Amino acid sequence: MTITDERTATGIGPRAPRIGESAPRPDGGPKAQGRFAFSSDLFAADMLWGHTVRSPHARAHIISIDTSSAVAMVGVHCVLTSSDVPGRATFGLEFADQPVLAADEVRYQGEAVAVVAAVDADTARRAADAVIVEYELVTPLTHAETAITAEPIHPDGNVVRHLVIRHGEPGPLTNEGVDPTLDGLISVSGTYTVGMQDQAPLGTEAGLAIPSDDGSIDLYVSTQWLHVDRDQVAASLGLPIDMVRLTLGGVGGAFGAREDCSLQIHLCLMALATGRPVKMVYDRAESFVGHVHRHPAVMTYRHWAHADGTIERVDARLVLDGGAYASSSAAVIANAACFAAGPYRVPHAIIDGWVVRTNNPPCGAMRGFGAVQTCFAHEAQMDLLADALGMDPVALRLHNALEPGDQILTGQVIGGTAPVADVIRSCADAPLPDQDSTTSGGVYELPGGAGRTTDRVDVRRGTALAVGFKNLMFSEGFDDFSTARVRVEHGVATVTCACAEVGQGFVTLAQQIVHQTLGIDFVTIAPADTSIGSAGSTSASRQTWMSGGAVLAAAEAIRARIAAAIGTDDITAPDFVRALADNEWDELVEHHHAPTVALDADGQGDAHVSFAFAAHRATVDVDLELGLVKLVDLVTSQDVGRQLNPLQLLGQLEGGATQGVGLALMEEILVADGLVMNASFTDYLIPTIADVCGLRIGAIIEEAEPGAPFGAKGVGEPPTISSTAAVVAAVRSATGLTLPRTPVRPTDIAFGERS
Amino acid sequence: MTVLAPRTLSDALDVRSQHPDAIVLAGGTDLMVGINAGRIRPQAVLSIAGIDELADWSATDTAVTIGAGMTYTQLLHSTIAELSPALFQASLTVGSPQIRNAGTIGGNLATGSPAGDTLPVLAALNATVHLASLAGERTLGINEFIVGPKRTALAPDELITGVTIPVANGPQEYLKVGVRNAMVIAMVSVALIVDRSTRFVTVALGAAGPVPIRATEAENWIADRIDWDSGQLCSPDDAVRFGSMVAAESRPIDDHRGTAEYRRHAVGVLAQRALRRSFPGAIGMST
Amino acid sequence: MSELTRTDDSIGGGIEAADGYRLHVNGAAREVTGSWIGESLLDVLRDRLGLYGAKGACEQGECGSCSVTVDGTVVCACLVLAASVTESEIATVESLGEPGQLSDVQQAFVECGAVQCGFCTPGLIVTVHDLLDQMPDPAEHDIRASLVGNLCRCTGYGRIIEAVLVVARRRREGGS
Repeated sequence: MTITDERTATGIGPRAPRIGESAPRPDGGPKAQGRFAFSSDLFAADMLWGHTVRSPHARAHIISIDTSSAVAMVGVHCVLTSSDVPGRATFGLEFADQPVLAADEVRYQGEAVAVVAAVDADTARRAADAVIVEYELVTPLTHAETAITAEPIHPDGNVVRHLVIRHGEPGPLTNEGVDPTLDGLISVSGTYTVGMQDQAPLGTEAGLAIPSDDGSIDLYVSTQWLHVDRDQVAASLGLPIDMVRLTLGGVGGAFGAREDCSLQIHLCLMALATGRPVKMVYDRAESFVGHVHRHPAVMTYRHWAHADGTIERVDARLVLDGGAYASSSAAVIANAACFAAGPYRVPHAIIDGWVVRTNNPPCGAMRGFGAVQTCFAHEAQMDLLADALGMDPVALRLHNALEPGDQILTGQVIGGTAPVADVIRSCADAPLPDQDSTTSGGVYELPGGAGRTTDRVDVRRGTALAVGFKNLMFSEGFDDFSTARVRVEHGVATVTCACAEVGQGFVTLAQQIVHQTLGIDFVTIAPADTSIGSAGSTSASRQTWMSGGAVLAAAEAIRARIAAAIGTDDITAPDFVRALADNEWDELVEHHHAPTVALDADGQGDAHVSFAFAAHRATVDVDLELGLVKLVDLVTSQDVGRQLNPLQLLGQLEGGATQGVGLALMEEILVADGLVMNASFTDYLIPTIADVCGLRIGAIIEEAEPGAPFGAKGVGEPPTISSTAAVVAAVRSATGLTLPRTPVRPTDIAFGERS
Repeated sequence: MTVLAPRTLSDALDVRSQHPDAIVLAGGTDLMVGINAGRIRPQAVLSIAGIDELADWSATDTAVTIGAGMTYTQLLHSTIAELSPALFQASLTVGSPQIRNAGTIGGNLATGSPAGDTLPVLAALNATVHLASLAGERTLGINEFIVGPKRTALAPDELITGVTIPVANGPQEYLKVGVRNAMVIAMVSVALIVDRSTRFVTVALGAAGPVPIRATEAENWIADRIDWDSGQLCSPDDAVRFGSMVAAESRPIDDHRGTAEYRRHAVGVLAQRALRRSFPGAIGMST
Repeated sequence: MSELTRTDDSIGGGIEAADGYRLHVNGAAREVTGSWIGESLLDVLRDRLGLYGAKGACEQGECGSCSVTVDGTVVCACLVLAASVTESEIATVESLGEPGQLSDVQQAFVECGAVQCGFCTPGLIVTVHDLLDQMPDPAEHDIRASLVGNLCRCTGYGRIIEAVLVVARRRREGGS
């Protein structure tokens, strides 16, 4: 008897979740028991441990590398340098511009120079310390603006991408801003700075490579995109891609940090060199230099508006520091530029976007991907503009809010949903917290928390709202797809998809989709690996639409085949249930989203598929003298298309907002002359449970998005976009300071400039 | 490497004299960070966590003696909280429950970090540190014991056995600035102790100099600005002036956790507030 | 000197790397061999004893992912020198619940959405069990004060607080 028979017979039985239910995670139990295997938990018989030799300098020529002492150590099995890379000497997500192991030159502190494999982790680390690298130091190039015209630090030049968006008919502009058509308009300007944020996933980089006798290799690794890793590994190993097999190891969070290769190629090089399985786990300090970060940005803006608040024109110059190598910088600057004016109608704009190489740590993907930086700037501008106009800041935003049919800066008409006004209004209308109440009580009630620095009399409260948006999925003509297979045997379904589950809950959603579509309770999720086609990256808020869409299409294909055979697609019909139980069904689908196009020379074009919007309203208590901030209340409203799993949605909203709070109040990788000053959780601070308040939901806006599976938009990134801007704006509101920089440091408040 | 784990102080002192190179392990919250990072690779470790007699405390009418092996959690759960409120407050700001369960007051002393949370309190209390070796016992004032940033007067054959502080006879305050609400190393901190018996206020600063600094000029000045009979300041402006004087006596540096300018400013603010809490009223203050 | 400290002379001896030593973990005696003696309890649990439940994420006691109990007290296993706790009872997350049989805290974490990537979860489970043992009916600020040493990067903590409150309520209603 199959499960479905049982359910049909009794009317109860195990009820697997359907779309719209708050289904718990299928991997939740093992994770809560410590029995779920993260990539750092893997082991193999005769396994060696790897360790990386990294540059202590931001920029230097390599004069020599002496591995003899390390090689001679007992227990050391190999020490590899650049000359041991059999295939392509470089790797990279968009451009292969980063050496697998540096040969002649290092371009950032932490760049990999050699790798060591030894019998245990301690021996490997000591052997790595014994590798003697002689460097000739070169003055590092660490200033992004300077890098635009400076002597190149890389053969590909310093400018990774210069993207200009000319939208509408912006007149000429000099430094003095003399476009006659702008005469008489209200104008505000400012320069805004965003510090370098780290994704800080709790799980550091980890993996296990296992060589086979035939020269092929298996790599178990935590990543966001198995196939793009595989392609880079194969290229550098000089192997055909079918000799490199990747399987997802349990992933301890990602947030963009795992989109680039870190230890993938190194592990495989060592495993092939030694003929033994090799494991590597970065410690936290190494993790900080072992993955890319959120781009620091300096953004200069000018807005012009009519007296009634109608925005006429926005000009902005964006300079993002990409660090030493390209990573996904070209796409990040595109996002920063495309969404630079926020979710508002802007008839005319010039956005001058730059992303450059420097000798700072490489930057790339992080949740929000360029839109976080510009949201911080455009929302500060909107508040300035409201002030200059004497308008309520919420009213100004509503007055200019994008609607379906409006154009964004790229000239693209929003064809789908854009409930911007609803998002703003529902967030702004949420009741304010009581003046004296806080959400937590106890020692964390006031700024300074456990430090007892602050009394109620020292505090001023501020509240402010911010709204932001970004694209869902990959843009600019990228052929974005996911592959999924649904197989039904004896009424039990198995979903195979290379989608990287990084904590976001795709495994839950896949079960829900199959149950919803075929009525099957028992849905197992096969390990994600490269035996099936690519699922694309778990990034860009894309997997619900893309891999969810692929699973849905595969399940629907089965449903259609059954319907063709039995004459009904009613999944509750006895014949349908019997057909599932008695036959085997197997469908493989590659799901593509609607095509997009590249941006033209003026940065115009239908480059994006869909957009999602969110607003946050933050209330903070600020100790003005000490510059300490307590987040009192954070309300959000978000455009989600349709809720597929309210519990998981809430988890994304709360978790994403908390990362935004971190960027507003504490999170910054401090870099001095190219050297990271705080590569530890002692000094790179992320919010603890005492630093966040209970996030409140203003409204979940559900307007089904055309073309999206179930009408659902991706929900992962919007919570991180406007939360930072809202918190800093609330601090401005409490203090009257300009605070043009995030994170806001105590000194910025204690000694800040009044606006 | 050898791990030595004596169960009595006298055994521990024997070990210490024979293995002066052995690194002393108490709660591990500092030492293990260095070992994990590969910065410290000791040849021998002397674990004193199992010595029960070091984890005890005792009190007389006038003084409390705290064993070096007392964890912050033990301290927080004892009546030391009432006998020295500032030490309680400082202990509560140390790390997390996990850290407070392991870390000890002796460890805080031995590490001697300028940011050590209990050290400004001990400095403001004129604590005496008890040291022992096979040669005998000696006591040092806290200011004699901590001689520089992470440098102490502990001899290679000695162990810290405890610390003695006077029992409070007046309000005590410990205030600490960190960028996070909890789990944060002090960017700067202030301990303020009011002793009604001697009619004196002491104040010490953490992370505002190479060692915990006493703001002696401010102490001497404020003692005369308090109407001890009414428990009020002579003027509402006194707290502000006191804060400025404390700030002037700080010797902070710039580092990645904060600037010297901010630290100087913040110790002044903290000192002012600590005084305000201890003496909420002032003569002539409108109500 | 401790019993387990092997001594050739009365003072100078101790546990040396080559000796191996014994830990008491989850109610069983476990021999540790091959360990560099400076290894943390976390590394020994994971790499010598195959108990991967405690996770390493900071090596500095800043994240709580490696929370275990030593003689009933929650500590960060990364800050415990394994060879110094040979006479202690060590309990890891693996001692809570059985495979497929979740403890009430584990169950509530899953149901309430307190688990996303799950890397911080085992440390939180250990810490929350300890919290509720000591404080059966914690207020929200008690929960925050007790869990400040357990960093989570995914959830923003809201569902974690909810899960703790749910367990406390269920235990009250269960009347035990």
